[in-house]
Amino acid sequence: MLLAFDTATPLVTVALHDGSDVVAERLSVRPMKHGEQLAPLIEAVLADTGLVRQDLTAVAVGVGPGPFTGLRVGLVTARTLGHALEIPVYGVCSLDVLAVEAVDSGAVTGDFLVATDARRKEVYLASYDEAGARLSGPVVARPDTVASEAPTVGEGAVLYPAAFPHAVGPVRPSAGWLARVVAEERAELLDPDPLYLRRPDVEAARAPKSVL
Amino acid sequence: MTDAPLVLGIETSCDETGVGIVRGHTLLADAVASSVDEHARFGGVVPEVASRAHLEAMVPTIERACETAGVALTDLDGIAVTSGPGLAGALLVGVASAKALSIALGKPLYGVNHLAAHVAVDQLEHGPLPEPCLAMLVSGGHSSLLLVEDVTTGVDPLGATIDDAAGEAFDKVARLLGLPFPGGPHIDRAAASGNAVAIDFPRGLTSRRDLERHRFDFSFSGLKTAVARWVETQQRAGATIDVADVAASFQEAVCDVLTRKALDAAATHGVEDILIGGGVAANSRLRAMAVERAAAKGLRVRVPRPGLCTDNGAMVAALGAELMQRGRAPSALDLPADSSQPVTTVVA
Ligand SMILES: [Zn+2]
Repeated sequence: MLLAFDTATPLVTVALHDGSDVVAERLSVRPMKHGEQLAPLIEAVLADTGLVRQDLTAVAVGVGPGPFTGLRVGLVTARTLGHALEIPVYGVCSLDVLAVEAVDSGAVTGDFLVATDARRKEVYLASYDEAGARLSGPVVARPDTVASEAPTVGEGAVLYPAAFPHAVGPVRPSAGWLARVVAEERAELLDPDPLYLRRPDVEAARAPKSVL
Repeated sequence: MTDAPLVLGIETSCDETGVGIVRGHTLLADAVASSVDEHARFGGVVPEVASRAHLEAMVPTIERACETAGVALTDLDGIAVTSGPGLAGALLVGVASAKALSIALGKPLYGVNHLAAHVAVDQLEHGPLPEPCLAMLVSGGHSSLLLVEDVTTGVDPLGATIDDAAGEAFDKVARLLGLPFPGGPHIDRAAASGNAVAIDFPRGLTSRRDLERHRFDFSFSGLKTAVARWVETQQRAGATIDVADVAASFQEAVCDVLTRKALDAAATHGVEDILIGGGVAANSRLRAMAVERAAAKGLRVRVPRPGLCTDNGAMVAALGAELMQRGRAPSALDLPADSSQPVTTVVA
């Protein structure tokens, strides 16, 4: 039984996959409260299916890119569960999950882009072929510098219609699709390491100001 | 004590990733990974840098603690974690990891107050806490006087700093004197060869007027400015700065105010035991002065060894074990990380 979750967007999404399909899926209702909602949602999908923690055989987690604070909640949860239950943990780029869903649901046919919200008026962006294989990215960029007529999946297209006029397909990655991506090895399986794509905002210490 | 609860504690409120394991009052492991070197060049802790370091250190530090303690995760009776106060993003990493352990092991989770944990840690060294006691917690993040009736339920704040924390003042003065971050140990070392009465630096909130409103509160920002002014005046006059004298005089001023107020609080509330914790409790002058002044008043002072005074997982485990032993209710899985958790909330 594969437990999958993604915390790379304002929402928390959790799913269980039994090897042939998704058997339970839950989505948080309170944005930006990843730390409060992820653990109860994991318990909830187990309860939904009458399973217990010992039934879990692997963990899948979205490694972003996405807002750092929420992203870390997912990653540390995945790493700790994997360690304590002695089961493998697979990371998947959260944009790849959107790409596979877009292809399988028929929302795209040729090459396309996935753009998600990177805040600070920027997007996380990657490009894909018609089968959902990543061709380039992910990168973080200002929408106007990467504007494209190509079909664009994800919240970035919804937020910046001037840069991405052809919004299609799903808006945010779901754990159900993350679970399918891992179960069917539809994307590159990564270590559960965060894709920050940005350095921390820091300022080197300045010389003390005069007090006289 | 073999039936005392075996508890793992996680602490990530600032820049130390701490994982401790205790059985009752017995310390079994205290693993700490610090990101302090990554912050040194910024002259202070950078929250995002600390949070990233916590994520990387979390599982390896848990592993190291289990190895040292010679226990398997499945042996644990409970998980405790600092839920606040502290840096929000940093706390969140520890809290999420603790929840994952709680789910994976099917064991209760205790989200505990960082300050109460600083009090509880003394049990690992000196046995059961004297309750009630007066706790003085001084570090880079806090400077508080607490009346502790019951460390698992009844911790009352009597006073706290109204500006900088004591440890922050040490860091800032160290920078003025060209000493490295964190400033505490460097000031302590420099002060050892200095004259503590060379310069009469101000004692914040000790005037009669201040005592009316801020009897048990602290202020270190004026002291820091006074040191800066003194150093700059000397430099402008072309005099060389005697770093040892400045460090010793500054340290004397801080310790004087801290111990004076702690003794006053103990006397006011009729308690005979004073407990000192937090990173600044590692300061040799503070320890010596507190012991000496308390003895003169017939009071007892307990200070854990320096390694247990700074932030660590053992203190969180110690409080967790005490909560389990006293039958307190655990936290729910939707436990938030609360950067400003009040000290009156021992378990969130
Ligand atoms: Zn502390």
